[in-house]
Amino acid sequence: MSPDLAFLIEVVVGGLLSGVMYALVAIGFVLIYKTSGVLNFAQGAMVLFAALTFVSLTERGLPFPAALAATLAAMGVVGLAVERTVLRPLVNQPPITLFMATLGVAYVIEGAAQLAWGTQVHGLDLGIDDTPIDLGGVLVSRFDLFAAATAGLMVALLSAFFRYTRTGLAFRAVADDPLAALNTGLRLPRIWSAVWIAAGIVALVAGLLWGARLGVQFSLSLVVLKALPVLVLGGFDSIAGAIVAGLIVGAVEKVSEVYLGPVIGGGIEGWIAYVAALGFLLVRPSGLFGLRAVERV
Amino acid sequence: MQPALRLVRTGRDGNRPLLSGPAPRPAAVPAPGGSPHRDRAGRVLSVEGLSLAFGGTVAFAEIDLAVGAGEIHAVIGPNGAGKSSLINAITGLYAPQAGRVRIGAESFARVPAGRLAALGVARTFQNLALFTGLSVRDNVLAGLAAARRAGLGAQILGLPSARREARAHRDAAEAVIGRLGLGAVADRPAGSLPYGLQKRVELGRALVARPRLLLLDEPMAGMTATEKAEMTGFIRAARETSGAAIVLIEHDIGVVMRLSDRVTVLDHGRRIATGTPAEVQADPAVIAAYLGLADGDADADADTGAAAA
Amino acid sequence: MDALPRAAPRPHLPAGALGLGALLVLAYGIVPLTGTSYLFEALLTPFLALALAGLGLNLLTGYAGLLSLGSAAFMAVGAYAAFNLSLRLPGLPLPASLLLAGFVAALAGLAAGLPALRLRGFYLAVSTLAVQFFVAWALNRIGWISDDSPSGVITAPRLVVAGLSFDDPRGRYLVSLTVVTLLTLVAWRLVSSPTGRNLVAIRDNETAARLVGVKVARTKLLAFAVSSFVIGIAGALWAFAYLRTVEPAGFNLDRSFQILFIVIIGGLGTLRGAFLGAGFIVVLPLLLARLGAALLGDGFDSGTLEMVQRIVLGALIVAVLIREPAGLAALLDRAGRRLGRRAA
Repeated sequence: MSPDLAFLIEVVVGGLLSGVMYALVAIGFVLIYKTSGVLNFAQGAMVLFAALTFVSLTERGLPFPAALAATLAAMGVVGLAVERTVLRPLVNQPPITLFMATLGVAYVIEGAAQLAWGTQVHGLDLGIDDTPIDLGGVLVSRFDLFAAATAGLMVALLSAFFRYTRTGLAFRAVADDPLAALNTGLRLPRIWSAVWIAAGIVALVAGLLWGARLGVQFSLSLVVLKALPVLVLGGFDSIAGAIVAGLIVGAVEKVSEVYLGPVIGGGIEGWIAYVAALGFLLVRPSGLFGLRAVERV
Repeated sequence: MQPALRLVRTGRDGNRPLLSGPAPRPAAVPAPGGSPHRDRAGRVLSVEGLSLAFGGTVAFAEIDLAVGAGEIHAVIGPNGAGKSSLINAITGLYAPQAGRVRIGAESFARVPAGRLAALGVARTFQNLALFTGLSVRDNVLAGLAAARRAGLGAQILGLPSARREARAHRDAAEAVIGRLGLGAVADRPAGSLPYGLQKRVELGRALVARPRLLLLDEPMAGMTATEKAEMTGFIRAARETSGAAIVLIEHDIGVVMRLSDRVTVLDHGRRIATGTPAEVQADPAVIAAYLGLADGDADADADTGAAAA
Repeated sequence: MDALPRAAPRPHLPAGALGLGALLVLAYGIVPLTGTSYLFEALLTPFLALALAGLGLNLLTGYAGLLSLGSAAFMAVGAYAAFNLSLRLPGLPLPASLLLAGFVAALAGLAAGLPALRLRGFYLAVSTLAVQFFVAWALNRIGWISDDSPSGVITAPRLVVAGLSFDDPRGRYLVSLTVVTLLTLVAWRLVSSPTGRNLVAIRDNETAARLVGVKVARTKLLAFAVSSFVIGIAGALWAFAYLRTVEPAGFNLDRSFQILFIVIIGGLGTLRGAFLGAGFIVVLPLLLARLGAALLGDGFDSGTLEMVQRIVLGALIVAVLIREPAGLAALLDRAGRRLGRRAA
């Protein structure tokens, strides 16, 4: 194939794989939003905390599995703590108040993580040799493929969880109709705690992957800013939407960066996803998969 | 909201589906003997063949309604009959699929909600739509938003034209506040008031602009008998002072009988009767649809007492 | 969108008039004579600039209920516009530069406000982030904005008004004070006016507002324009009177959050909230530094201070939202009422 076409495909594939990583972060948001209506801005801070904790533990000599387990435990504690101390007292407040509270939580977690583990940059080695693979003339990053596979596995596990386990079913019930769920005897606080722990696990996976890619440092918490356009596009309450939107955002971003960037000026990946999502919103105000809310007067 | 009137359906075919079979429709001709309200010239609101559906669900179909100046016209029917949807369609919040709404001289397929105030129309809402962060006085003043002519610059600089207008509006608001007995709470945030007073504030906001058409969606829901009597007085007074046409959705049949000049009965989105309260009460179609008309205030009190609790 | 937490509307000046007058006498008369350079440079001038930014954001988010996460972008627009105006039109007097910079920011705000006509709540907030990131990028990339300076750094011109130099700490404080006083007066006139009522009406129930005759689209855009106007001038003050040397990174997302926190802690939907919140934000790091040094001695370095400040700020936001959503303004009101009762 022509080198130009091969290059374009490379860019698109690279973008798609990037997008999978965005989707991974977005899924953490969706889990919490779907079951409690809270847009958890602290998801990014949780990603940072997870990555930082894991890396610091391994650097202090803990073997991989032990560090993983310890970090998982820590994420669980953090999730539980947040749900109990911040969200439960605010349970009847409007969504925008909860959103601002998660802003506060983000600051607390970011500060605590760096206070505990320090502010230096850490490298994170997951044992993936990042030599590119040649697929018929197109170069694809081995790491990106691994990340995509991991994310895919995560989504599959989540789907199975939702469909085949009791807790998963309970999640869906609560997401669908909290009042009805209450009426059937489901304990909402218990569900929410479980949801936050699940979100913590997703944050851990995202943290490891992103940390390996970018290095573990403060800017890791800013991946949340990449997830927002994905959420806006795919709807805040749809995992399928998050995946599709993640792919779209990733691809659009990469392609714009490579082809549009030299025309306008470099570094447009900082805002191009937002502008694209915004443009789309103006045409379809509830996103790709979002449900149109009917306002009852 | 529990209707004060317990409507029990025991027609031969039980729940009559909406569009199957001929529902008995009274002819849309003026009632015998006529009345000044029915003259074309005196008609403030005229709804012709209005139909609304949400996706597959029909809210109401082929509704005709005519209200003249100074007429109090009640719309009754069980929950889900389409009354609130009708008001929402008349005030431009929903876009009907068919029919027209005539307000004064102008006719619309879809009423422009933003122009409602300019057309001289005001309404209250079933679930209250107050500006909870504003004081009672400011809520009432907000009812005059459409009448404001002074620009932002004039307002900020305090130019004479803006001052004059502000004073005139304040006076109008004070008058309404006085008439509705809200003077004691005028400076309190509207959101902090008890429910009955909030309903009154909403009425005040609707009245202050001296509308020619007033649409009240269950203005007395959840009120005690005393509050209802007061509200009835206010509504009647509003008709006397401004000569407005008033459309009233109400469940308390006692209130409806006492207050309204004419009544329209909706059932499953269809109009099944129109006439004076006495006529409607005696209408065979209405009776056939609803047996077991619980009569009188005793039941009304019990129900609303429970509802207000 | 459901309502944001906010304090009760304060009726007009009367009781506060005396207090306000005393404050102004203090600010104009006593402080300039007795204050130290440190007080002016490190405390009062940034306090004034941040309070003004908070005032602008409060008009948009507190009164009109439109959540904006991009205030720093409008500060940047104001700062860089003022810089360009004073650079390219050297004869332009300072007040005119500030005013025009505000108008440029208002135009940007108008553009940023267009999505508000279609979007609500979270979606609107995300669109304001688009503005934030785009402006940050533009300041770095578009060379002439910063007069082709590397990485967009600019230096503010000397503060000269009507031939008098205000270029010392005290002078810069006085300029800031005057600007802030004037704009607060304008803001007060706005929120007490029918248009101010319309802002709150849109926030509390947009449908009812539309039906009552409020021109919703126009009012939303107005809110964005006025808010950005004020925030833009605040940005110009921040650059001209406080920092003197400005880079785009100083107007990043953290700054936007800082302004939002000022408004939340101080009290959404009140004018005094911006001042209370700004005062708190300015004083907090100093308090923490003293406290930290006292408790931990040398172990407490600036890195630690930054992290501790982050934690305290975040925790405070959560605490305010849980315990007293209407912020310091409401706390102050209650304390005032209690004092009043005790005195009576």
